[in-house]
Order: sequence, then C-alpha cells, then structure tokens
Amino acid sequence: MRPGAASAETGMTESLEASLRNGTVGRGPATGEAEQPAEPRPVHPTLRMAQVLAALFFAVIFLYPYAWLVSASFKDRQHVFDNRLIPMNPTWDNFVTIWQVAPLLRWFVNSGLVAFLAAVSVTVSSALVAFGFAYFRFPMRNVLFGLVLATMMLPGMVTMIPTFLIWKQIGAIDTRLPLWGANLFGSPFYIFLLRQFFLALPRDLFDAARMDGCTYFGLYRRIAVPLAKPALIMVFVFEVQASWNDLLKPLIYLHDKSLYTIPLGLNSLFVRYNPVAGGEGDYQYIITAALLSTVPMVVLFAVFQRYIVEGINLTGRA
Amino acid sequence: MTAGSAAAKPVGPRPIGSRRGGPARSNAVDGVPDHLRSGRERTSDPEPPPRWTPARRRQTRAALLFLSPWIIGLSIFTLVPMGWSLYLSFTKYELVTPPTVIGWENYRRMMADPQVATALKNTFIYAAMYVPTAILVSLGLALLLSRMMRAAGFFRTVYYLPVMTPGVAVAVLFSLLLNGNYGLINRALALVGIEGPGWLTDPTWIKPSIVVMSLWGLGGGIVIFLAALQSVPRDLYEAAEVDGASAWRRFRSITVPMISGAMFFQVIVLTIAAMQLFDKIFVIFGNPGAQTSASDASLFFVLYLFQQAFQQLRMGYASALAWLLFLIIMIITAIQVKVGNKLVYYEGDDAS
Repeated sequence: MRPGAASAETGMTESLEASLRNGTVGRGPATGEAEQPAEPRPVHPTLRMAQVLAALFFAVIFLYPYAWLVSASFKDRQHVFDNRLIPMNPTWDNFVTIWQVAPLLRWFVNSGLVAFLAAVSVTVSSALVAFGFAYFRFPMRNVLFGLVLATMMLPGMVTMIPTFLIWKQIGAIDTRLPLWGANLFGSPFYIFLLRQFFLALPRDLFDAARMDGCTYFGLYRRIAVPLAKPALIMVFVFEVQASWNDLLKPLIYLHDKSLYTIPLGLNSLFVRYNPVAGGEGDYQYIITAALLSTVPMVVLFAVFQRYIVEGINLTGRA
Repeated sequence: MTAGSAAAKPVGPRPIGSRRGGPARSNAVDGVPDHLRSGRERTSDPEPPPRWTPARRRQTRAALLFLSPWIIGLSIFTLVPMGWSLYLSFTKYELVTPPTVIGWENYRRMMADPQVATALKNTFIYAAMYVPTAILVSLGLALLLSRMMRAAGFFRTVYYLPVMTPGVAVAVLFSLLLNGNYGLINRALALVGIEGPGWLTDPTWIKPSIVVMSLWGLGGGIVIFLAALQSVPRDLYEAAEVDGASAWRRFRSITVPMISGAMFFQVIVLTIAAMQLFDKIFVIFGNPGAQTSASDASLFFVLYLFQQAFQQLRMGYASALAWLLFLIIMIITAIQVKVGNKLVYYEGDDAS
C-alpha cells in the first residue's frame, strides 16, 4: 500500500514509479499512448466523424504556414507571394543561391556547436546537483532546494545586465562562451526535473552498491546516470532546442558576423531583404533560410518525440 | 547501534526511494522501530536527525561536492548579478564612465517616462489577450484529442510541430503571411470580399496579430492538458453517468476540478512568458529601420528594456526597468497563486 494523498509534486513521481514497476525505466519513459485508457463507451458515428473532421481542420491550420513556407521556397522572386500551394514553376534556385548570399553553413555550424556545448554542460552539471539533492540528507537541504525552485521563477531580465557586465569584464564579448558558459553550473529547471527522476529510483540498489564498497561518485556514475538515461536525453534535447532557438543572448554577445548563430543570421537576412526594414525585397532568400533553420529542430522532434512529450508532462512547462 | 557500526554501512535517513518504499522499509531506518520515535522523527518526517555522526558528516561533505556547481553558479550568475543589478538601478551608468549613484532618480524618471507606460500597457494587453485564449484553445484541442484513440498521437505531433520552429523563423514567416498587401491572410479574406487591415502596421491589429503568431506555438499546452485529461480516473465518469449526470455536468464537476491544477500552473507559466515576450517583437518591430510608424503600438516592455540597455547603453536605467518588471511579475504571480489556491482542486482535499 502506498501512502495515498498525492500532492502536486508526488503526482509527478507517481507516473515514474509506475514506469519503474513496469520496468520501462532505462528503456524510455512511458508515453501517453501506452497509458491511454480504453474508450468508455461507443460514440455515435456522426459525432465521431465530426471530431475527426475538427481535428483535421486544426491540423491543416497548424500545418498550413509550414506548407506555405516549403512551397514559397521553391518559387522565384516574382511568384513568392502568389500563395499557390503547388508552385507553378518549382525551382531549386533559392536553395542553391542562399548558400552564396549568406554564410548559412557557418551559422549552422556556430549554432550546432553552441547547442552541443550548452546541452552537454547543462546535462552533466544539472545531473550532479540533482543527485546531490536526491540522494543525500544534509542540513539546510530543503532550504537550498527551495532556492532552486525560487530561481526557477526568476525572470532572466533581472540578471541580464550584470551578467553581460561580468562576461565583458572577462573579455568574453564576441566569443561563444557567454552563450553556454553559465550552463556549466546547472540550471534550476533541469535540476528540478532530474531530481524527480532520481527520487523514484529504488533505494535498495544504492544500499547494495554502498555495501560492496562503491563510492558516492560511483553511485552517481554507475547507478543513477545509467538508470536516468531517458531523463538525461530529455534534458539534452530540451537544451539543444532552447539554445538553437535563442535570439537574445547572441544578440547581446555577438557582433562579429563570423560567430552569428542561426537566429541572429536569419534576423540579419530579414533586415537585409525585407523592404519594410529597408531591404531589397528578395523574400525568397529569407523564406528559404527560415525553412532550413527549422529542419534540424523538426528532425530532433521526430527522433526524440516521446522524450519531449514526457518531459513537458513532467515539468508542466511548454 | 553504535556510531561505528552506523558508519560501516550506509544507513541513516535517505531521500531516494523513501517515497515509494512504504512504511516497512523507511521505518526500519537505523533500526529504531517507528513507535519508539518522537513525533518529529517519524518516517514521514523530512527533518534530518539532530546529531552529527561521522556518517552524517561524510554525507554532508559529499553532498556539498555534488552541489558545488550549482552553489558556484548561483553565486556568480544569480546572487551577485541580482545585487549588482539592484545597485545599478540606483546609479547612472552608461558603460564609458563608472557608475555614479543617483538615488531614486531612475525610478522617478521611469514613472514619468511615457514610453514605459506605453510598453507596460501593450504588454499587459497582450498578456490579457493571449493567456486566456491560449488556455481555452489548448484545452479545447486537448479535449478533442482525448476523444480520439489511436489518432491522438498523430494529431498531437502535428499540433506540437510549430513549437520546434525557432522564434525568429516564426516571426519571419508570420510577418509575410500577415503582410497587409500581399500576405496569405489578406488574400484569403479578399476571396470572401473582406479587405483585411495592415495586420502589422495598423496599431489596432498589431496585438491580435502577435497573439495569433504566439497561438501557433501553443502545442505544449495541448500536450499538458491531454496528459491531465487522460489521468482523470474513468470510474468517476462512470459513476456520474450512473447517477444520470449530463455531459456538460460531468465536464463541469469532474473534468474541470481534476485538471484545475494543470490549468493553474499553465496560467502562471504562460503569464510570466507573455510578460517577457521578446524574439518575435524584436525581429518584426525592433530591428533598426523597422516599421517605425507603428512603434507606439508595438513597443513591448522587454524590447524597451533591451533598447535602453544595449542600444542606448543606459545600464542604470535599464536595471531599474528590470526590477520594475520583476516586481510586476511577482505581484501578478502572487495574486494568481492566491486566487488559484481557492479555485484549484487538490486530490485529498475532501476526506471522502
């Protein structure tokens, strides 16, 4: 018998515990589909049809902007805004020219490098800290963890300016360091998420390992990390996405065009070619670059979808 | 049990696993039967034992080592910046010369700055439009998906896909779709004889346009609500149906209370995010040379903060703006929590 009452917090661990009991941890988190309950009662076919049609209607709404983007990137300058779903004279020209008018490859490499460094550092450090909070018992633990939760809610704007001044002092402006360096020290959001995971691991495993003379770091390295792999992948994927999409930090720290990341580069293309912003009106280049910038994220989503969905549900953050 | 034998193996209260272990295991911790403990010390007790044993000392030392990255990071990237930022907010600091303390001057100026008022007004209006719409739409779509069986996963993927799109790309895409002259939206409206406005140039339509842009990426909310809906126990509905409750009644009295926790959290998170909207605003309205005609209606608070800090280099003033934003967000969140605690249903609230 488990103690009944589920607070908001234990509610989250509950689903993990379920997946632990079913032995799914280590293989991947339980996904929504697996838990989907059977339909309670037969629904009227007309109603059923209406539901499917409504869902399809919204699917079209969500996908149409994409379709427009894909289609427009195959159109030449004259036809970009003809709003035809199937281009009249489809051409690969934009995809060829874009690499010449903009250092797109360089932006991709920069973004990829920063995203990788940011994700690796935040995953490793957050996991260490989360394990510290989950395994050990020490004075002030709850107070310190309360601090983690409090900083999770802190708007980044409050620390933005001094953080800029700190990096400036170190001479890190126009380097990639400010874009990922702070990740070496863990992030409250991920510490919270990983701690939830570690708390759900069976204590016996750790006790047995301690009896066999395993060090504390060994407990972390050999038991906690392998068992929490799905959670670590989740954190890694979240951070890759956050880093890839971030505009504010590159905007503040990067002036050297050779360091531009995808969002910053795309913005510079927008300024250059959008007539409203004083540009030359070659929308087809902006469109093609925008499309290409989303491709890695769509692939990321396709590969890691279940981790992403599970992560959103665990943290309640969209 | 002596301290020596306690140190020989890893005993002592332990957080991992203690939640799921059930009474038998967690009670046996360091060998004292539960009924011999004082009230404070019983199993559910989160407090550490009061004495320093060698084992405990070692645990604490190890814990601090594990925590050290966070402790260092908290100091360098949170506590020091917070103090520094508070200090800067009372100074005039424009990077070239050292900061000079000017007391409350920045805050006084802020109150008189019409741009601040405009930016705040725009930000509030946007948040007030976006948050309820996002909650309603994502809940509606989640409800729809919860009625599907196998197809739910597919539709969830489709609805979530836009979330993966970089904010800059979203801004670029929608600025073209919403273009007043030849954008898709106005072309479509023209087909049914409506002359659409200049969505991103007409002050009346700027905020609704941004709301639409943001709504495109509400897939996260759908995922959360869908999970919440799927975790509502089936037997509640079955019991209600036996009692003859109508579909609407079942929704009002079972679904809404059961997912109110998720909804509450969504409201808080979405509001905080809406108050700090930046990417899309910057790309469309913040770039040098961007449509200045609409600058008043498209001035959002974080954009103004960014311009003051990194374009005008008024670090002192911008720090004061940051604290104003922080204060406002805290007040809004506190109100939401206060109201929410009255409305949200937590399992185990009623002892039945």
